[in-house]
Amino acid sequence: MVTILYFASLRESLGNSREQLALPMGNATVSSVVEALRARGTQWTEAFAPGRTWRVAVNQQMAGLATPVSPGDEIAFFPPVTGG
Amino acid sequence: MPSVRVQEADFDTGKELETLTHGRRDVGAVASFVGIVRDANDGARVSGMTLEHYPGMTEKALEGICAEASSRWDLTDTLVIHRVGPLRPGDRIVLVGVASPHRGDAFAACEFIIDYLKTRAPFWKREDTPEGPRWVEARPSDDTAAKKWK
Repeated sequence: MVTILYFASLRESLGNSREQLALPMGNATVSSVVEALRARGTQWTEAFAPGRTWRVAVNQQMAGLATPVSPGDEIAFFPPVTGG
Repeated sequence: MPSVRVQEADFDTGKELETLTHGRRDVGAVASFVGIVRDANDGARVSGMTLEHYPGMTEKALEGICAEASSRWDLTDTLVIHRVGPLRPGDRIVLVGVASPHRGDAFAACEFIIDYLKTRAPFWKREDTPEGPRWVEARPSDDTAAKKWK
């Protein structure tokens, strides 16, 4: 299992701030997690559609689609940041 | 050691900047940046905003940015305080303070820290406008500002 967090506009459009997800078998990456989320349909497919802009962090470090993920990891999805 | 705080409460700019020089005789310059909430953005009146962050990652990101600044310039100390939660026009959002033996390093490091903060630290602004609340979009000009430090 991994913990997935959603922030800001992504949290609002998905109606979810935190969940546990079972990892697909084999060598999982951020990409395989995104595929699993996209497959849920409706707002999930739309939020993670190709061309939509979002960022991902694994264990609180900026990451990318190819970043490996393991059980116990914390994966966060969010829009580009707007602090300062 | 960088001092990084994320808090709802306001801060006293003068008092915070004094901590950078307290008890030291090797500091020749303190540069600071204070970010303030404006009452207009992207053509709309803004009556307030709410700042969201990613507890844990935000602090780590800010500490990493301060550490990067200290490796690039000759600094004696760095300070970042960023507010979260509901804010109104005129409120302080962020304070960056940098102390160095020399002003050149202090000015450069201060600008570097705020430029990197704006593109790398996980904060998100939601503005209240007459048409209702809206999430602030990231600006390409902020990316350009951060890239000049590559």
